[in-house]
Amino acid sequence: MATALTLTHLGSLMGGVRSVDEVGAGERAAALAKRSIKKSSKLWALDLAIRCMDLTTLEGADTPGKVAAMCAKAVRPMAGDPTIPSVAAVCVYPLRIADCVEHLRGTTVRIASVATAFPSGQSFTSIKVAETEQAVRAGAHEIDMVIDRGAFLAGDYQRVYNEIVAVKEACGDAHLKVILETGELGTYDAIRRASILAMAAGADFIKTSTGKVQPAATLPVSLVMMEAIRDFVRETGRPVGFKAAGGIRTAKQAISYLVVTYETLGADWMAPERLRLGASTLLNDVLMQIDKERTGAYQSGDYFTID
Amino acid sequence: MAITKRESAALAKRAAEGGGVFEYAPAPESIDHIKIQPRYGLFIGGRMVDGHSKKHFPTINPATEKKLAEVVEADEVDVDRAVKAAGKAFDSWAHLAPSRRARYLFRISRLLQERSRELAVVETMDGGKPIKESRDVDIPLSAAHFFYYAGWADKLEWAFPNRKPRPLGVAGQVIPWNFPLLMLAWKIAPALAAGNTVVLKPAETTPLSAMLFAEICMQAELPPGVVNIITGAGKTGSLLVTHPDVKKVAFTGSTEVGKLIQRAIAGTGKRLTLELGGKAANIVFEDAPLDQAVEGIVNGIYFNQGHVCCAGSRLLVQESIAEPLLEKLKRRLSTLRLGDPLDKNTDIGAINSKAQLEKIQGLVESGVEEGAELYQPECLLPERGFWFPPTLFTNVAQSYRIAREEIFGPVLSVLTFRTPNEAVEKANNTPYGLSAGVWTDKGSRILWMAERMRAGVVWANTFNRFDPTSPFGGYKESGFGREGGVHGLLPYVELN
Repeated sequence: MATALTLTHLGSLMGGVRSVDEVGAGERAAALAKRSIKKSSKLWALDLAIRCMDLTTLEGADTPGKVAAMCAKAVRPMAGDPTIPSVAAVCVYPLRIADCVEHLRGTTVRIASVATAFPSGQSFTSIKVAETEQAVRAGAHEIDMVIDRGAFLAGDYQRVYNEIVAVKEACGDAHLKVILETGELGTYDAIRRASILAMAAGADFIKTSTGKVQPAATLPVSLVMMEAIRDFVRETGRPVGFKAAGGIRTAKQAISYLVVTYETLGADWMAPERLRLGASTLLNDVLMQIDKERTGAYQSGDYFTID
Repeated sequence: MAITKRESAALAKRAAEGGGVFEYAPAPESIDHIKIQPRYGLFIGGRMVDGHSKKHFPTINPATEKKLAEVVEADEVDVDRAVKAAGKAFDSWAHLAPSRRARYLFRISRLLQERSRELAVVETMDGGKPIKESRDVDIPLSAAHFFYYAGWADKLEWAFPNRKPRPLGVAGQVIPWNFPLLMLAWKIAPALAAGNTVVLKPAETTPLSAMLFAEICMQAELPPGVVNIITGAGKTGSLLVTHPDVKKVAFTGSTEVGKLIQRAIAGTGKRLTLELGGKAANIVFEDAPLDQAVEGIVNGIYFNQGHVCCAGSRLLVQESIAEPLLEKLKRRLSTLRLGDPLDKNTDIGAINSKAQLEKIQGLVESGVEEGAELYQPECLLPERGFWFPPTLFTNVAQSYRIAREEIFGPVLSVLTFRTPNEAVEKANNTPYGLSAGVWTDKGSRILWMAERMRAGVVWANTFNRFDPTSPFGGYKESGFGREGGVHGLLPYVELN
């Protein structure tokens, strides 16, 4: 007697992940980028951009001193101005977690650490799991893992899936952001497939890029990932967050990401629990724009600290 | 305007308390630079002249119901003067060195670009369409049409190899209110490139951009009489198309009026092209990229408030994906922003006129009465002006009026199909045949469908995309003749 197929098998035989029309996605993103965000809505957006920011330094040359300075900026982005909120998190290499723990104690700023052989992901699963466990033990609240793009592009989705599941388990209570490195995936179809795969494997967030590969985050890629999130939530009811990272340098860019998030995922995603912008140089431009809205004039860059 | 620290702290507090609603502050396009005259004359023989007719009528802003200006209701004498002026200019224009004609068209194109902001604002004020559309679609495309046909002016013999193309004479052109300047460009550019002279009548609710175009003709130092613009309503249009010296009639508008024109000029030897109504099917197959299809559906029917002859007013969706597609579509409708057409964030502007609003309301009521299920997102309509919310009908039968008649408003009728053959059958089952859309990931199916659609334009995985190089026109009651591309020259030449 033939055994009935399970629903999982039937699903994979009957249909795949839906395709994405590249031209259409690009046009939609371009149309949203033309939204004109002014005055009070601009200030609100800039404020939100700070609260959703993962202030990032991922250099081989990162030192305790550099990280200490960044932590200070993360907590109080504008010296002497408590109306400017803290950022959501700092994002560092595992070895710098301890510095963050020291400088962020008692603040709302969370510690995110990249892990799993960042940025290439080309290492053994056991090492990735061990790295994740150690990072969490060192005090990371959030883990930004990279997927194994080599396996993904070779069609070994099972391996990618298993690895995410293993890392998620190693995270324990820490939040897991899964970096797809969309610049290496080649097509929007692949990006959508990777998004669904990562969410199905347990990602709390899906994230565009490491920042080490060009192109990093783009608006259409973000739109495609958010549409995948929307479909995933519709099917499973489990909300998944979105993080754009790499190449977001200006307040104007940040606002267009917020617009795309708002019009694609809705008001519920307009909070640091569901949305992050990973950036190393964006903060000062946002501060400069806030100052411009408040005073009506642009201030010199010398009034904003370079940390 | 500066915002104080306290205000900004309050905003931050609202944000921190989970005030997730992203309220877009008004971002209206400035109108300070716009100069609209209180009253316009007629553009005849290269200058603005008073009408023989002393009758004037107002043109209003449909978003506010405020009067913008008055224009002449041209009478028989005015029409005759305009046609005579065009006739007088014809000989020298037709015999002008083609490269010189091209130069004038290039000049007009450049002036349209230079004055694009002004034209966009006037188009939006007079017609009610969102500024983002007049700014990004109407005006750039109008300029592109003149630019494109300027290129043909001295290459007509290459357009029609081994034939000798010659201009026809005076063209009488009557255009609609949905894309006033763009339709003007579609009509005037090929006519002039081929060596004809024209008398054009814009629609009575949207004459202002044509009046600005008259200024541009003067700025370009176009020889007097090559372009003449007269204003008025149906009576004026009828006088124009039946004038014995008009050799070629071009009309874009309703099928009803198109039939009247065809009847009126039958047997006169006048050449005729008609671009009329439509009831296009936008066909979504189960393998389509759904999120982009949703964008295409929205762009197909809610673009320009659905005042588009080629609008995708019938959605044919494969039954297996009807449920998720409609859910996505409804969610998307709730993000459309209806309101002040001059606001840069407005997606849906005002209905062009009271008469059109009443027509839409009537047809929507018929849809409800016949048993279709109505869906409209929550949507605050402004108090003054003419507005209609984006509307979706499900459970629509092929026999309902909303599935057969052109509504020309933001109203979508959704029908389902099971197989590609059924899709073709349903899509073609209409007296119209202007356009169609096909959404599928399968290239071979796109070609298979396109071969079978009785429609002048078939868009694949996109909708409402226009380009001067691409011919546009209808089958069946959607008209005949093509505008755009090399095909668009043919109605304006005699081939020996």
